[in-house]
Amino acid sequence: MRNCELRELGRISYGEALALQQQLVTERKQGGIPDQLLLLEHPHTITLGRNGRPENLLASEEVLSRSGIAYHPTNRGGDITYHGPGQLVGYPILDLREWKRDVVAYVRAVEQVLIDALSDFDIRASRIAGLTGVWVEHRKIAAIGVHISRWVTSHGFALNVNTDLSYFQYIVPCGLTKPVTSMAELGARADLEDVGRSVAAHFGRVFGYEMLSGTAAGLSCVEDSL
Amino acid sequence: MTDVVMPQMGESIVEGTLTKWLKKPGEHVERDEPLFEISTDKVDTEIPSPASGTLAETLVEEGKTVGINTVVARIEDGGGAAKPQAAVEAAPAKPAEGKPVEPKQAEAKPAEATQAPQEPAPQQQAPQQQAPQPETIEPTPAPQAVEETAGPAEPVGPLSPLVRRMAREHSIDLSRVKGTGAGGRITKQDVEAYLAQQEKAGAAAQAPPAPAPKPAPAQAAPVQAPPAPTPTPSVPPPAGQARTRIEPMSTMRIKIAEHMVASKRTSAHVTTIHRVDMTKVARMRERHKADFQARYGISLTYLPFVTRAAVEALRTYPLLNASIEGTNIIYHNEINIGIAVALENGLIVPVIRGADEKNVLGLQRSIVDLAARARSRQLKPDEVQGGTFSITNFGSFGSILATPIINQPQVAILGVGAVEKLPVVIDDAIAIRSMSYLSLTFDHRLIDGALADQFTAKVKSVLENWSEEVL
Repeated sequence: MRNCELRELGRISYGEALALQQQLVTERKQGGIPDQLLLLEHPHTITLGRNGRPENLLASEEVLSRSGIAYHPTNRGGDITYHGPGQLVGYPILDLREWKRDVVAYVRAVEQVLIDALSDFDIRASRIAGLTGVWVEHRKIAAIGVHISRWVTSHGFALNVNTDLSYFQYIVPCGLTKPVTSMAELGARADLEDVGRSVAAHFGRVFGYEMLSGTAAGLSCVEDSL
Repeated sequence: MTDVVMPQMGESIVEGTLTKWLKKPGEHVERDEPLFEISTDKVDTEIPSPASGTLAETLVEEGKTVGINTVVARIEDGGGAAKPQAAVEAAPAKPAEGKPVEPKQAEAKPAEATQAPQEPAPQQQAPQQQAPQPETIEPTPAPQAVEETAGPAEPVGPLSPLVRRMAREHSIDLSRVKGTGAGGRITKQDVEAYLAQQEKAGAAAQAPPAPAPKPAPAQAAPVQAPPAPTPTPSVPPPAGQARTRIEPMSTMRIKIAEHMVASKRTSAHVTTIHRVDMTKVARMRERHKADFQARYGISLTYLPFVTRAAVEALRTYPLLNASIEGTNIIYHNEINIGIAVALENGLIVPVIRGADEKNVLGLQRSIVDLAARARSRQLKPDEVQGGTFSITNFGSFGSILATPIINQPQVAILGVGAVEKLPVVIDDAIAIRSMSYLSLTFDHRLIDGALADQFTAKVKSVLENWSEEVL
């Protein structure tokens, strides 16, 4: 079974996470590291995808900065979206050549991971044909936006666990005038850690990985040479 | 001249939107350098150039959607001679590895079935193939033939993920389950009823010695071996049910294992623990942190302070900096401190050479540099050799106390626990102080308890009485 390293980064700024992703993508392309799954949470941030239309940002950058919301144009697919506390963000850095050279299958698989994870919390989520993401009824619970370079993926998904949904007022999420929801709003009592665990487990299963935890416990060690 | 085509980014994909040219006509482009970006279904992809040369012309504007294999640009290559095939071979859709181009795109289904155990993404065909599907809001729109390896008759109606999972876990052929949900759909209750019925049938036929499995919490017990053989055991058990998995150790893991056991066999390990008040150091660190970051671009941690204190104590008690050879004691005139660094799947102890000649800044720099290069596997062999004493900072993982194993051929190792604010009694008053535990594991063959405690007390004393000048 192939390995995937799980890195749980806690709350980390968008810029910092982006830099880490870029570094990992480079290392992944060089074959220096196995596939990676980063799980984390961002402070209040609004990001605009490559195809995003700035008019979907409903507040001026000035209003955002006064509200303590960072704003980042970025190179992922998709339109505008919001990240913030209570949202589980996942950035898989995978070499799709070792899985399937199929970007649509990849996105569908990421959706499946989230749908399966949500079902662990008794939430029946689904897809809506033509609209990437994961939905509960007509409300969006998880957004997906991906960047691929030489079949190595970056960016990923954002699942609203107990996100303060009022922050979505600043944007038209993904350019869609559809409402958003969260697991908490649907009555699930779960924290980011629980949901992260579930997502990681389903991620491993759907993509056929052995998930390895990145943080090794450190006692002393010894090594003669490399 | 090399044609650059719109690559096929997946079996079901028949077109792509060119979102951005990364090169302009007339510009030089290297083979494999990103040439343009395309977008399919919220995925943005950078497409590398199939050849080196000059971008002669771009045939598709940004924002246009074109079918796969449409020529989007031409590259004038240095050689000049036309290479009609190069374009196809180098087409980014199937980069490298020279895999034959699979022509299928109309029917993705049969191919999928063979890959089943991976449980691939339920493929959703490209829009035009997806004939009118009435219920778009249904839970999970139609991922066909996903888990069912043997491909039994497709059950009626869409299936919920829960039902799919139950079916998978219990190896149920869903075509045998009667659906009672809307439109004959199979619900969780149907699966449970089916399972209960199977169990009853199995129990009756076989009367197994094991206690009869309770039918009620059916899904709670997936590990409990599939209840009684079903009449058609043709469905292979899902891969996830194997009880073990064998994987060879990495070279590093083998070495770590050997070293750890060898060390335990060699030394008489004893660990002594001292509690140290890090408040002064914590304050100093707080005061200088921002400045340190701004001036040197690295953060200031506790580790260089502890290292500095250990160096002082090693100077005072050189036996801790020694090693044993046969019945001789080797005193080392250099103080070379190994710092344990956790790697993703192992550990390594790079060495700060001449640690006694460095101040806190120098130590912090060395630590950051060695740790970074350890993680990116760029240490040189001599940077992990020649250590005379080691420090392991498990406190950074939240541990307050551990008993480290000596790094042979050294005779002691200092463990640093997490620094935490705790209530402590000072002069019969309770105060809040930043406390930490230092654990020294020493080799009792050479070092007696009294010396070990004198040494550790010295480390503690340096840390508790830290003065600005030492920084």
